[in-house]
Amino acid sequence: MMASVAARELVDGEVVFVGIGLPNLACNLARATHAPHLVLVYESGAVGAAPVRLPVSIGDPALVTGSLMVCGMADVFQLILQNGRIGVGFLGGAQIDRSGNINTTVIGTYERPTVRLPGSGGAAEIAIHARRTLVVAKLSPRAFPERVDFITSPGHGGAGGGGGGASRRQLGMPGAGPVKVITDKAVLEVDEATGELVLAALYPGVEASDVRARVGWPLQCRSRLGRVEPPTATELRLLRDVLDPERRYLQG
Amino acid sequence: MTTLRDAVARFVHDGDTVVIEGFTHLICFAAGHEIIRQDRRDLTLCRLTPDLIYDQMIAAGCARKLVFSWAGNPGVGSLHAFRRAVEGKGAPPLEIEEYSHFGMVARFAAGAARLPFWPLRNYMGTDLPRVNPRIRHVTCPYTGETLATVPALNPDVSIIHAQRADAQGNTQIWGLLGVQKEAAFASAHVIVVVEELVDEAVIRADPNRTVIPGMIVDAVVVEPWGAHPSYAQGYYDRDNDFYVAWEAISRDREALERYLDEFVRGVSDRAAYLDKRPELAARLKAKARYCPGVNYGF
Repeated sequence: MMASVAARELVDGEVVFVGIGLPNLACNLARATHAPHLVLVYESGAVGAAPVRLPVSIGDPALVTGSLMVCGMADVFQLILQNGRIGVGFLGGAQIDRSGNINTTVIGTYERPTVRLPGSGGAAEIAIHARRTLVVAKLSPRAFPERVDFITSPGHGGAGGGGGGASRRQLGMPGAGPVKVITDKAVLEVDEATGELVLAALYPGVEASDVRARVGWPLQCRSRLGRVEPPTATELRLLRDVLDPERRYLQG
Repeated sequence: MTTLRDAVARFVHDGDTVVIEGFTHLICFAAGHEIIRQDRRDLTLCRLTPDLIYDQMIAAGCARKLVFSWAGNPGVGSLHAFRRAVEGKGAPPLEIEEYSHFGMVARFAAGAARLPFWPLRNYMGTDLPRVNPRIRHVTCPYTGETLATVPALNPDVSIIHAQRADAQGNTQIWGLLGVQKEAAFASAHVIVVVEELVDEAVIRADPNRTVIPGMIVDAVVVEPWGAHPSYAQGYYDRDNDFYVAWEAISRDREALERYLDEFVRGVSDRAAYLDKRPELAARLKAKARYCPGVNYGF
């Protein structure tokens, strides 16, 4: 469900900075359905990748074979990302907060973490530079606190945010940041006026109260709440039989 | 031309700043294992992605400090020796200096260009500069814009795995290139470890594929399968099964020690390691996928 919802967000011809896992699945599903001209860019240096097997890592050799270009990572970050060529960035995170800040660094304090997470990788600069950033994460109170323990990738400042209340534009960030969070129950979007994540659309069979119970702040609703269509038979067939037959990333 | 044993003995010293680069691709596990066997201590290990190789070196007690941007087991989970050290769970403490990938790339770029720092439009709104005081800012003298800066990284030695080189160290890489070129040019010394030694004529026939010229290389070592469980495009695939298995091995301190005793300290060199893994070739050897020739004529 999350993979198909994420895939539908992508527009044919867009340039996408792809992360591993569900984002990767979503991008390849989009390429196989409505967006055959999607340009997949991986931070490892593959540009216009067309992997014939589901990449297990972001540096999988299948990303090289048949790709449009392979460049060094200095080129990926300077000539492609900082240059402004990325339309959509895809990020996951251990924590996402009210302002759309993402934490992939530590749970607890930085100096004495309860759980040490991998860190930024390319996430910080993707959230800063991609024209828009989509976030994929499962809903739970632990994953959606009022305030993340550490801002790895910046959201929308807001009260007490990493920017001390300054807007992304004032801070000099070229991209719009995390504008949409695709979860396993609903889609959240950033409210442009408040810089806060709000409930935008529900999956079939999910009520707003189910979502509120899994979010650590008083979640506001869009005035017109959307309903997300379930995956089509074609999407399901592609995901299950073609893209992830070994069920590396799909569940259920 | 030398052996890995001699190259490490000569160019890797206690207390050095050491880089074994390669983004998923061409990570020189053979060199990491040799450094563990020679029991180097107090190293400052730098890599974008510490990966299993630095997890093993941290567990073996080689590292005093880690400079990095993403410390996980790609597609699997955690590096548990790293986590035990950082989370203070009984392992010896490990100093960390943390950036994002772009920050690490920029550090190598500055080092390679022999500049003191590199500017980048980054880090606004993040907590990274708060915990890493070496991420600083500069006002652009042309536009007045505030830009982030990171300091040059100039390692004592970089160890670069590659598909092929000639005896002079002219080194060709294809597939994912990572930051190997920048890391090599930034370093005081460069050790190149290759799958295959080729004649200079092979290099000269396709000069655009040369990433590291022999003039910056101090030692050339031939070590087939030296990147396993990482991979070498066109030679062997990534051993994803081993990356998955590392989760359980690294989670259990004793299992990790047993691994090091059997596959690292318990073997004399890479050839002996490969003797213990005779099934690798059948499982991982790359299928042929050649590109047609390029006309370099004029």
